[in-house]
Amino acid sequence: MRLAIREALLAFRRAPMLSALSITTIAFSLFAFGLFGLVALNIRNALRQVEDRVEIRAFIADGTGAEATSAALGDIGAFPEAASVKLVTQGEALDRARRELGEFSDVFEEGILPASIEVRLKVGFRDPATVRAVAKRIEVYDFVDDIRFGEEWVEKLHRLRNIATLAGACLGLTFAVVAIIIIGSTIRMAVLARSREIAIMRLVGATDGFIRAPFLIEGFLKGTLGGLFALVLAWVALLVINRFVVQATFFDPWMGAVGVIAGASIGLAGSALSVGRHLKRV
Amino acid sequence: MIRFSHVHKTFARSGVALQDVSFQVNKGEFVFITGPSGAGKSTILKLCFFDERPTQGEVKVCGMSSVTYKTTDVPKLRRRLGIIFQDFRLLEDRNVESNVAFALEVTGTPAAQIPGRVARLLTQVGLGAKATALPSELSGGEQQRVAIARALANDPVVLVADEPTGNLDERATRGIYQLFRDINASGTAVLMATHDLDLVRRSGCRTIEVNRGQLVFDSAADGGPRPSGPIKSLADDA
Repeated sequence: MRLAIREALLAFRRAPMLSALSITTIAFSLFAFGLFGLVALNIRNALRQVEDRVEIRAFIADGTGAEATSAALGDIGAFPEAASVKLVTQGEALDRARRELGEFSDVFEEGILPASIEVRLKVGFRDPATVRAVAKRIEVYDFVDDIRFGEEWVEKLHRLRNIATLAGACLGLTFAVVAIIIIGSTIRMAVLARSREIAIMRLVGATDGFIRAPFLIEGFLKGTLGGLFALVLAWVALLVINRFVVQATFFDPWMGAVGVIAGASIGLAGSALSVGRHLKRV
Repeated sequence: MIRFSHVHKTFARSGVALQDVSFQVNKGEFVFITGPSGAGKSTILKLCFFDERPTQGEVKVCGMSSVTYKTTDVPKLRRRLGIIFQDFRLLEDRNVESNVAFALEVTGTPAAQIPGRVARLLTQVGLGAKATALPSELSGGEQQRVAIARALANDPVVLVADEPTGNLDERATRGIYQLFRDINASGTAVLMATHDLDLVRRSGCRTIEVNRGQLVFDSAADGGPRPSGPIKSLADDA
């Protein structure tokens, strides 16, 4: 193993240009993928923020007793889909309306707005069908005059989310495949550049496993370095976007680690495939 | 040690390379394989180190049979052979001692033993003073000596050499040949392909001649049928 690590490190020293080219290619391939990831991440965050506003509002008939509403609040709060349930009294509704529609605050008189129960749903329960089903379950209470959840808006949002997810998956897959092909070709070049060494290793009795080991380590190191470099490039790109375009979020540490691990895995898999194919051929 | 039994070899593109070749090389023997270019000499050697497998017949080397072997056994066999080529096949970016050490590292020799063994091998081939030189700084004869030191690294029982003097001048050729004789004298069998008939004639060693893929002469075939046809280079020369 020590010999394999030494040979892998020596390969960087013996062919510094080719190694730098491999790492840069891996980095830029992953950077393109990472940039797409950043866009996807920020679109997803924006959609989630909008989704957070999905709520069901049940308007309560005048004269409903406090006991009935508090019992209903308890029941609705126990729904598995419910994230939060809140009673908005007539006074609170009025305050909110005056606050949000300052210019028309004079229009609103005491008692003009009904009290309501506002239900927010957990992530994963904000699709139109679930929202509609929960609304129907709330509607059965006698004291509910009217119920609203912006049906059309929820449907549009859901459709937009589906399109974004599908487009993201297709583009992401395409970027990933292109990155793997480019990285695989780069590693193949590195293997071909050392085909003479491989042939000599075989002549003196090296096993295929022994021949493979330094290439796998080399591929892993190149992938890791390329992944780290891509992460730095993506961070620089984010700084530029934040300064000149729009405030965007960066990957959290876990996602960054996944990116570097992906680079290392592609490097490792690319090397394994290239050396394997080469060993089969010679 | 090496046994060819009715070996045929056909390549998909170039056609028949060997036809019904049978011979045996015993322990400690020195055998020349001669014949014109394209006669099948290199194919015989490649079959010896299992770089090729026969289309028909059997090749048996150090107990390993081409009929029953597993691919994973090939490295084990090659560690018992020393293989030498006309073009030396050295790693150009490593110095002389690294080239020799490489063969020991590959076969898992303990690191502590490697420097001493490399020094002994380089002394044996007369390159003790050039351990740190790069191959490009050496003459052809010296490069071939490095290749021989590498081939000897794992104490082979047979040296398989394909035209080892083909790129060398007469003086270097004599030196390399003498080195082979010394190695052979210590018990290692040598199977050497060459078309240097002067060298073969002077040596007095066993000679196998091939032409157009057929074994046409084996000086060890005492009393056996003599080859027919126009080749018989050695007999004619003599």
